[in-house]
Amino acid sequence: MTNQGILIYAEVTREGDLAPVVLELANSAQDLAAKLGGQEVSALVVTNAGDIEHVKSDLKSNGFDKVYIVQDERLAIYSTEFYSKIVIDLINEIKPEIVLIGATTQGRDLAPRISSSLNTGLTADCTSLDINEKGMLAATRPTFGGNLMATILCKNFPQMASVRPKVLKKSTFPIEKDTQFIEIKPEIDNVEKKVELVEFIKNIPSTGKRIDESEIIVAGGKGLKSADGLKLLEELANVLGGAVGASRAAVDAGWADHSIQVGQTGKTVMPKLYIACAISGAIQHTVGMNSSEKIIAINKDPKAPIFQIADIGIVGDVYEIVPELIEMLK
Amino acid sequence: MQIALCIKQVPDTADIKWTENNTIQREGVESVINPFDTYAIETAVRLKEKIKDVHITVLSMGPPQAQEILKKAISMGVDDGFLVSDRKFAGADTIATSKTLAAAISEKIKDVDLIICGQFATDGDTAQTGPSIAQHLNFPQVTYVKEITGYKDGVLTVKREVEDGVEIVKVQLPAVLCMLKCDYEPRRPLIEGFIKAHNANVKSYSMEDVNLLPEEVGMKGSPTYVSKAFRPEQKQGGEVIVPNDAKEGAKILKEKLEEFKII
Repeated sequence: MTNQGILIYAEVTREGDLAPVVLELANSAQDLAAKLGGQEVSALVVTNAGDIEHVKSDLKSNGFDKVYIVQDERLAIYSTEFYSKIVIDLINEIKPEIVLIGATTQGRDLAPRISSSLNTGLTADCTSLDINEKGMLAATRPTFGGNLMATILCKNFPQMASVRPKVLKKSTFPIEKDTQFIEIKPEIDNVEKKVELVEFIKNIPSTGKRIDESEIIVAGGKGLKSADGLKLLEELANVLGGAVGASRAAVDAGWADHSIQVGQTGKTVMPKLYIACAISGAIQHTVGMNSSEKIIAINKDPKAPIFQIADIGIVGDVYEIVPELIEMLK
Repeated sequence: MQIALCIKQVPDTADIKWTENNTIQREGVESVINPFDTYAIETAVRLKEKIKDVHITVLSMGPPQAQEILKKAISMGVDDGFLVSDRKFAGADTIATSKTLAAAISEKIKDVDLIICGQFATDGDTAQTGPSIAQHLNFPQVTYVKEITGYKDGVLTVKREVEDGVEIVKVQLPAVLCMLKCDYEPRRPLIEGFIKAHNANVKSYSMEDVNLLPEEVGMKGSPTYVSKAFRPEQKQGGEVIVPNDAKEGAKILKEKLEEFKII
């Protein structure tokens, strides 16, 4: 076998920072590399021509042997065409055994283009990564809306996997290595860019916290009966320092934007605490939040299915209980 | 404009049942169009209503019973459709599936301008088939699409939802779009739609028909395989309390927040 080492795609956010998922992948890669007998772990940073010292320093104490850096002003905004060409070129050159990518919007746009181009397998949205007895990447992921877990192996190289942010934990201590930073020039002169970003409208959440990043989510459903309920939940979220979420019914009723919808046709979240208010708990909703560390449910209906997965359930009216709770917490 | 619409039949998430051996029971489970694909259909039909000379062909790779979802799409306003079905396709992962769909589009649809898929399928949930089709055909792609907002001279303007906001992008056709849930709901078919679907001739094409080799499809053409499948540990619910009044309810919650180290 000629392929060696683990390559992590080190996504840089719109603000020019390292995406948090990169360090989560880095920690897991240390473990995989050790199981493979001490293989090299490297990262690839693709970004514009600006200052990236802060990105470098974030990467430095996280166990990378090599960091490949591709900087070019044409790369200021993510482009499927440019970025996939760059990642594919590097993979062809260094021939890693494993490639890991964060399952962010960008990662999910990019990764399948790379795997199809290289005709190799990509296991998406893994919840755990391991090396099996034959030295192959064993990637475990949920399917059927979390009803079934499947461990997937790949016959070709590199073996690719993506992992959602916050599923793995970043290292709690620095992993010092003599990281080598290698600058490479992108070969994108002949790549035709057919997608142009015209405008970006930043979403400023009412609580100031993004639902995919928040450790606490207060979510409301159909039982709230009006948009006022979500205002109330926003107040609770503010007191707790969390974000507001909504069920599909609340979004379809026009009380909330789709960007905060949790569930099958919305987002999958896994905060430390999920407070489900007047959400009955249909499976289409619970597939998006049942991996939360702790779940609190408040619902008038004692038979609501949400109580079956809640760590604590309170039977009662959200409009009566939540204001009391806010008062006590203030 | 020729649109190819790729859809998938999936088991209804709400109807998943378990066998005694902790495997998912496939028989007798309600099948539906993948929810994201219903938005892909609606988006294609809306585009057809807005601009001239749009022809929509729907396709799906799946067993013969997947004909049902193609007919459903036709009843919603799609012009015609075909199934790509072959026993040799069994066990296909996303690479083999996208290769098969890309081949079917190239072989059976003349001069495709736009391919629309759902962003995810609710069974596999890999979000890979659309971008992989785009890669196979060397088309550009726009993922996480909420809406097509404009079309002029072979360029589509679309709105996409990303983690931190909304992007408006322009894409040159031919291209692939992967649809999220939209702000509009998929339409219910009218009686004429049902009649059209009933009378529609939905062809089925085999591996040879789409010009593929056995090593390119199904399990043989799939770089990945499932080594083990298991049922995850089910989260057990805790106590359900009926408080005497709202104050008591709030007090219990406050204690729990302390116990969970939230406050």
